[in-house]
Amino acid sequence: MSQLTVERPMKADRSFARVQEIIQECGATESALIPILQRVQDEYRYLPQEILAYISTALRISPATVCGVATFYAQFSLEPKGKHVVRVCDGTACHVRDNRALIESIRKRLRLKGKEKTTVDQLYTLEVVNCIGACALAPAVVVDEQVYGQMTGERLVKLINEIDAREQEEDL
Amino acid sequence: MTTLTPILHPEALDTLREQASAVLDSDALRVVVCGGTGCNSNGSGAVYEALLAAVEERDLPLRVDLLDEAEMDALSLTFSGCSGFCEVGPIVRILPEDYFYVRVKPADAAEIVEKTLMGNEPIQRLMYKDRHSGEPYARRGDIPFYRHQVNITLDDCGLIDPADIRQYIAHSGYKALADSLFNQTPETVIDEVTKSGLRGRGGGGFPTGVKWNITHKVRGEKKYVVCNADEGDPGAFMDRSVLEGNPHAVLEGMVLAGYAIGADEGYVYVRAEYPLAVRRIRHAIQQAEEVHLLGDGILGTAFSFHIKIKEGAGAFVCGEETALIASIEGQRGMPRPKPPFPAQGGLWGRPTVVNNVETLANIPKILRNGAEWYRSFGNEKSAGTKVFAITGDIVNTGLIEVPMGTTLGDVVYKVGGGIRGGKQLKTVQIGGPSGGCLTTQHLDLPLDYDSLRSVGAMVGSGGLVVMDEDTCMVEVARFFMTFTQSESCGKCVLCREGTKRMLEILEKIVAGNGKVEDISTLEELAETVRDGSLCGLGKTAPNPVLSTLKHFRDEYLAHVVDKRCPAGQCAAFLNYSIDAAKCKGCRLCGKKCPVDAITGSVKEPHLIDQEKCIKCGACFDACRLNAVLVG
Amino acid sequence: MNSNHVTVDGVQVELNGERNVLELVRKAGIDLPTFCYHSELSIYGACRMCVCEIEGKGLQATCSLPPEPGMVLRTTTEKTLRIRRMALELLLSNHCGDCPTCSKNGQCRLQTLAQQLGVREIRFPKPEFTHELDESTPSLVRDPGKCILCGDCVRMCREVQGLGVLDFSGRGWDVTVNAAFGKPMAEVECVQCGQCVSTCPTGALTVKNETNRAWELLYDTGKTVVAQVAPAVRAAVGETFGVLDGEVAMGKLAAALRRLGFNKVYDTSFAADLTTVEEGTEFLKRLATGERLPQFTSCCPAWVKYAEQSFPDYLDNLSTCRSPQQMFGALAKKHLPDELGVASEALVVVSIMPCTAKKFEAARPEFATEGTPDVDLVLTTQEIIRMIEQAGIRFADLAPEALDMPFGMKTGAGVIFGATGGVAEAVLRLATLGSDPKNRNSIDFHDVRGMDGLKEAQVTVNDRVVKLAVVNGLENARQLMERVKSGDSDYDIVEVMSCRGGCIGGGGQPLPNDMAARERRRKALYDCDRVQAFRNAADNPFVQEAYRKWLDEPNSHTAHELLHTSYSHRRRRANETIGVNESHDPNMVAVKVCVGTGCYLKGSYDTLHRLMDQADRLGYSDRLDVRATFCFENCGGGPSVEIDGELYSHVTPDAVNRLREEVIEPKLGYTPLVKEKAPNA
Repeated sequence: MSQLTVERPMKADRSFARVQEIIQECGATESALIPILQRVQDEYRYLPQEILAYISTALRISPATVCGVATFYAQFSLEPKGKHVVRVCDGTACHVRDNRALIESIRKRLRLKGKEKTTVDQLYTLEVVNCIGACALAPAVVVDEQVYGQMTGERLVKLINEIDAREQEEDL
Repeated sequence: MTTLTPILHPEALDTLREQASAVLDSDALRVVVCGGTGCNSNGSGAVYEALLAAVEERDLPLRVDLLDEAEMDALSLTFSGCSGFCEVGPIVRILPEDYFYVRVKPADAAEIVEKTLMGNEPIQRLMYKDRHSGEPYARRGDIPFYRHQVNITLDDCGLIDPADIRQYIAHSGYKALADSLFNQTPETVIDEVTKSGLRGRGGGGFPTGVKWNITHKVRGEKKYVVCNADEGDPGAFMDRSVLEGNPHAVLEGMVLAGYAIGADEGYVYVRAEYPLAVRRIRHAIQQAEEVHLLGDGILGTAFSFHIKIKEGAGAFVCGEETALIASIEGQRGMPRPKPPFPAQGGLWGRPTVVNNVETLANIPKILRNGAEWYRSFGNEKSAGTKVFAITGDIVNTGLIEVPMGTTLGDVVYKVGGGIRGGKQLKTVQIGGPSGGCLTTQHLDLPLDYDSLRSVGAMVGSGGLVVMDEDTCMVEVARFFMTFTQSESCGKCVLCREGTKRMLEILEKIVAGNGKVEDISTLEELAETVRDGSLCGLGKTAPNPVLSTLKHFRDEYLAHVVDKRCPAGQCAAFLNYSIDAAKCKGCRLCGKKCPVDAITGSVKEPHLIDQEKCIKCGACFDACRLNAVLVG
Repeated sequence: MNSNHVTVDGVQVELNGERNVLELVRKAGIDLPTFCYHSELSIYGACRMCVCEIEGKGLQATCSLPPEPGMVLRTTTEKTLRIRRMALELLLSNHCGDCPTCSKNGQCRLQTLAQQLGVREIRFPKPEFTHELDESTPSLVRDPGKCILCGDCVRMCREVQGLGVLDFSGRGWDVTVNAAFGKPMAEVECVQCGQCVSTCPTGALTVKNETNRAWELLYDTGKTVVAQVAPAVRAAVGETFGVLDGEVAMGKLAAALRRLGFNKVYDTSFAADLTTVEEGTEFLKRLATGERLPQFTSCCPAWVKYAEQSFPDYLDNLSTCRSPQQMFGALAKKHLPDELGVASEALVVVSIMPCTAKKFEAARPEFATEGTPDVDLVLTTQEIIRMIEQAGIRFADLAPEALDMPFGMKTGAGVIFGATGGVAEAVLRLATLGSDPKNRNSIDFHDVRGMDGLKEAQVTVNDRVVKLAVVNGLENARQLMERVKSGDSDYDIVEVMSCRGGCIGGGGQPLPNDMAARERRRKALYDCDRVQAFRNAADNPFVQEAYRKWLDEPNSHTAHELLHTSYSHRRRRANETIGVNESHDPNMVAVKVCVGTGCYLKGSYDTLHRLMDQADRLGYSDRLDVRATFCFENCGGGPSVEIDGELYSHVTPDAVNRLREEVIEPKLGYTPLVKEKAPNA
């Protein structure tokens, strides 16, 4: 579990104030743990180890148990995610309609190697996910919560190019 | 949004129903834009905006709210939930004629308004056309995809506005609740559900009435109703569609379940991957609470029922009821042994009924129309209808609802329109990754719980993935095993270690390294994991292996003995090369190659680097001169 | 057919309140194998070894199946045997398999069952094992390559010990058992009780083996090696060799230790008697003044560490007495060289303990004199058995030998220290026999005996009714502490032992270390107690002599120096911080606010929040580098805030203004423009 032992200095920002608010809104009980983790992840884009330790203190659950829950569900990431998340559906229908070339194209476009999921510039994370329930539109891709159906490698690359362009505009 | 007045007695509900129905089902023009996930992603929002602008531009009388002061003949323009035929979206329906337009673009809005709305003239260009004959169908009911369906669960999906509780009420929504609270006892409600023969639509097929009765009889001050909307089966999306299209039917079903078993609290456990469904159900809960059809003192009675939403966090195993309960409690979603069953000790150890979305959506209809009515659909042991999601290599993909016992052949050929591209049917994978495969020999098999079980398959949640003759069955088994293996919770030995080992063997065979004895090891593993695993996921995980071994053992043998893939799909047995005589050096294949394996200058014959080649076939598809050879 | 029977493999077995079919099958004489079933833990149902075929129900795991009259089942069928063998083959294929050199070799259930069930072939390729051993604590070794994920340790730690140090991590094939974030055990709140070791069926969790260190000390002719043997050892050491009588086993152990090369063999029960006198005296003093009650016992090192981590506000209530092991060590190191006529440097004290946490205790810095630990080496019962085996000594054939004096002298009170309720009973004997003639006849206090998790009793001491509680198992201790904190209890003295049953069930005891074994050992200790010449600690003649010669009187200044200790707050895990506000100002002020449990419960989050809020409004937040941190080990003074390295206590949200004005703002050189307008929040 190498992902568990990586120590990284956490960027200091005001997200921490939201953590306590989230805990208060959800209630500091064990049954609120998953919703709390979901909302904290929205805030930090991943679940920093120290924040998990804090949540365990506030909820009075052992840190190992919080860690156990956070590593069980696919939605949670203990690694920072990119600003834009591209989810390629790998449900049966999408698989049957051949999403393999699609995945290869986007990996090539994002220059992801081996098991990498997030681009070096932390702009994109590529996830191959289980069925998103848009089977009739296979192959389907979700980019930042927006579903795109009957996707091709070319269209997806074009979409990424558009996001890139927007990002550059924002930078200027 | 219009403020809603609390409905504090059945008569108020009757009055609202009459008012709403008078408008909704009048002869006035009604434009319904499908707002399901599929149509939405194809741009139905923009279509709606364009239609609205076109209507306003022409000053047509428009009904802004269902019960506003507009003239009775004012036209209305609303969204609906999923229409099921996502592939041809965005879909626009125009009532009362029920014209059905497909692949509508914002640019079509003006023509729709002028011709159809103002001139009552259907636009042939936008109609659905038969794939084979090209014949256009003007009305929804004419389209074979819909014509052969019987819609009970889905009839209001794709028609009513899921964001307006009054539209549900107009179509007799919450009538069953009012009748049950005022005229029935929990026992008579359970009795009716039992008599209807309704069985769990989530896959298990356990009789719903019996489940309710057990939970009703267990003594306990606190009980729960849980709606299982953790639809994880790849290739199934009926629960998503029902939640998006008719959330109140699910809520009413839950309240009725609560009344029947004596619960005052319920949870909807829904996948976080379904953001629209989550929004719709959340909005529906708010509205129902606002009018006192949910919450404290429902319909002015002493009966209270509260519903909360829990979003899943990405674990297929949470579709298993004990894992789902653990997840609601904030723990790792690992199943626990039964007994105790949730009915005895479920959520926080309390008696709990866990029902699937589709099951619950059936409840109001059953109680409204009676058990006899419901039993008139389907067959002896499997009453009612079932929603299937048909996808894959089939002409019409989408959500369909047919009576239980409809044959596989009717579903594939009548509703589904047959196989794409004129190819032959090879197999239908039914019931998701833990289901089984059916073949051409099963075309006359009635799709119901017991018939499917008898051939080693299952209804499951109702995914039907159709695959054509080009499909490799070993690869199919490998694909499903990849899924179940990655979704195994890791608790019990057989599922955790067994699915991994089955996957390894399948990968070995697909990669061309299989040995004959691997097949018997695979079979022994599959049978043992089936017999000995802790939960339903583990017990059914080997099904794809067992059923492909049963029906397609020859293909396995071909892979391990002859070292060939009969379907020509397994890359290990393939080699892509370029016929130098045919290649004109156009660079098209090189550009499409995702791994830059093709070298060669312009106008020179190209070469494929076999080391780099991942055998994806992109070059083969790209070449216009048939210069790429596969062998 | 009789209506109250179940048919197991054709034999009728009567139902008699068995909780599940598994227990019933075992009652019927069939050793149905399991990995994940323990009667004292919750049902897990994961190993699938106990599946049977039940008529009308098919294949069922019997651990979770309630027995019903009339049930008919077969335990070994084609299918059940196939399932068990396949489960074993699968587990073995994912197991590092260094059996011959594994410390569990011969005692490993995976190995035994594979042998019994005839698994002769593994058809699946082994993955590469890249796991590293966790040897971070002085007591335990974790080898993830041997873990079969039965979850026994997870449930033991959570359910019985209330800690939850270990839990599953990941999903599916990637599941591992880990401390939080995969940290080494030494960096988390593990109290090293070793109950996980007792329950682990394989070699994934074992006692740290220090036998080689012991051999080295024994080989060294320049050393005089003395052993102290803890009370609970005598009840268990003979199990491996078929010697169950505690008194006999102790005599044989003395003989064995001498053969191994120990120069003297003493009894920790002697120090236990000393503890009773010190602790009893301390209690009577506290009772008289009514201060620092309830008094908690301090013999159990896992409990002491737990209290330091989790109940910092109650550390004053712990008895200041060192544990018998450490009293022995201090006394031995100070006076034995003279008694034995050896140089101080030559004396080596080795203790033989039932307990893994004793290794941790002996290594605590306060228990060292001038850099040398009072106890040089702690060996668990398991380890001493291993040494006896290594030396080829036929333990059962040894003639029992007497222990060496003076520290081999004990009373019954010192012996029962090894069982739950024993310390309490020893103190009760001392307190009542010395004071109230009514109690003269009754030396046995049955209310505090037995395996119940919580026992309560009342006695009269000096005309005052004394309420006492005895807990074993840290989850029981936690529940009791919650009641004490909320004021729902009025105990005067509380005995806490971390392990169920007390030291007899310690993590270093031989396997099986289940509740049946513990009950047997408990009885063995009380049998020893009954035959002792003296049964009240105060009557131990050598204890009396120790006071005369060296210690003056109970709780004297000398006694305090040698036999007492103090406690300190202890953070549960290695330090971590959360970034709250980053400053790049060269003259920034570094602020750290503790959000560890103690401070958090005292409102430290609000302290942090208010400070940031005010800094924002006053416009200098970009010059503050603020981090939230876990524990400055200043829990009694919470909420704690550190500013540029200096620690401030009791910074409640209301105290933020003062801290800001008096400490932070001067450092920043900030002067409020109009002081009256500074926000009060």
